[in-house]
Amino acid sequence: MTSTTIATANAEAGRVRLRINRTHLAAIVLLVPAVVLFGVFVVLPILQALRFSFYDWNGYGSPSKFVGIENYIKVVSQRHFGTALRNTTFIALVSLLVQLPLALWLALSLYRNTWFTAFLRTVFFLPYMLAEIAAGLMWNFMYDGNYGLAHSLADAIGVEPKFVLADPAWVMPAIAVVLVWKYFGFHMMIYIAALQGIPNDMVEAARLDGAKPWQIVRHIKIPLIRSALAVTAFFAITGSLQLFDLIVPLTNGGPNNASLTIVGFLYQFGVTRMRIGFGSAVSIVLFAICVVVSIIYQRAARIVEK
Amino acid sequence: MSATTTEKRQVPVSIGELAGILFVAAFVLLPIYVTVVGGFKTIGELRTNPFGLPGSWSLSNFASIIGGGQFPVMLGNSLIVSTVTVALTVLLSSMAAFAMVHIRFFGRTHLAALFTVGLLFPVATAILPVFLTLRDINLLNSLWGVILPQVAFGLAFAILLFRSFFAELPKELIEAALMDRCGYLGIYWFIVMPLSLPIIATVGVFTFITSWNSYLLPLVTLSSESQYTWPLGMQQFQGAYSTDWPKLLALLTLTLAPAIGFFLLAQRYIIAGLTGGAVKG
Repeated sequence: MTSTTIATANAEAGRVRLRINRTHLAAIVLLVPAVVLFGVFVVLPILQALRFSFYDWNGYGSPSKFVGIENYIKVVSQRHFGTALRNTTFIALVSLLVQLPLALWLALSLYRNTWFTAFLRTVFFLPYMLAEIAAGLMWNFMYDGNYGLAHSLADAIGVEPKFVLADPAWVMPAIAVVLVWKYFGFHMMIYIAALQGIPNDMVEAARLDGAKPWQIVRHIKIPLIRSALAVTAFFAITGSLQLFDLIVPLTNGGPNNASLTIVGFLYQFGVTRMRIGFGSAVSIVLFAICVVVSIIYQRAARIVEK
Repeated sequence: MSATTTEKRQVPVSIGELAGILFVAAFVLLPIYVTVVGGFKTIGELRTNPFGLPGSWSLSNFASIIGGGQFPVMLGNSLIVSTVTVALTVLLSSMAAFAMVHIRFFGRTHLAALFTVGLLFPVATAILPVFLTLRDINLLNSLWGVILPQVAFGLAFAILLFRSFFAELPKELIEAALMDRCGYLGIYWFIVMPLSLPIIATVGVFTFITSWNSYLLPLVTLSSESQYTWPLGMQQFQGAYSTDWPKLLALLTLTLAPAIGFFLLAQRYIIAGLTGGAVKG
């Protein structure tokens, strides 16, 4: 009798232990593939970039020539890096100050569901679906002074066609137009989703209280979608920080590196020349900017939530 | 969403607003329209008449692209890369998210935080070490060399979407299955995944678009034309035939068509993804 109790107890204990082990085993099986891949291709490379940034290295053998912060000094004192920073800032400002207001205005006009608004929303979202390379090539044609829109416009008003993409003064505004064209629909969709989540009776109540349409927008709709506003601002800034694909088919960073972005600079002066140390230093600078932006975003988001 | 009568009674768009909206619509559609008609024109016609309809709808530009050796290959490469990327991303991220949400283990909140941090960093920040890693494990110039980093960089966003979906699933469901001695792996595969089709579709669609359009990673990884993906092919084509606009526009039209078709089919899941993946059923 006693022995059977012990045996049962042992069996119970064994089962409990087995259960725990099996649970852990399951967790390991489920997590390992993602963790390994993430570790090998995301976490480790970022740590390696930090290490390489202190070496002068062409990628062959192992990095042995430690140069301290020399790469960073070279990056910061490179004239084109200044251009790249300025261009990236310009793109971020256009995204925030032109693209987002445009997207918000359209979202406020189009968030109700009718066939017409649904159709227009689809139209506005289309450019987001296209590959950056394809979008850039299409606009390269539009801007071509010999053939495209630029040609026809110049013809119509009887002046020599302007090649905006070849003009250092005009190239960034021209690229900004393409950027707005490509991405405003994405931000608009986020706003529309948020606006559709506003309870209708709130708007209705305000209307019955005699609030004017713009007052409803200002005091009800915008405050209620503030987290969507924060998210799109974050996307706009991080998107600007990594802008590269769209510029390659338009100017490839030219003329004379006038349209380089941070990633363009990294590609041009780090990757194509296999200057691992220098390029890694650029990566780390970009990484640091990303960190600062996300910290600011989290602070701001916390304030917004309150 | 029901268009109730109260919504219809609200102030309609003013004339000025409508004009503005139509202007933006024209701005969006003009390059697309010009591209599509341009592919049918000759170079001379394009120069004199870029915006009108073509005199004759000549298909020769399209035929030479579809028939010409390199583009079908690039299309195939892009399809392989995108499909495998989607499959792996969905599988790995849903597995990890399920474990993080439903299994208690040491450090799970830290792990979740680590992946969330991954959201913030573009592939560009790590491109040189990724290149060296791929070189060391002999994956340069192979499609796997594009797929694996793409999956790795897509995991953060996918795990976030899956986690918020899995957290909404009723706990009783999992507990009941555990009572029935169904292991976690079985619960994941036979109970949770079949319930998660909407979020799988959303993650899949977004991963597909990102992978299909991606440029920097294939550019750095792939060096021989036989391995090129579609965007690399387009860009290379511009370099080689920069003056042959009609052919390039035809190529762009062939790029546009599937993207538009895909969007119309997947619209629901794309919009779900934009609202944070909070779709049910």
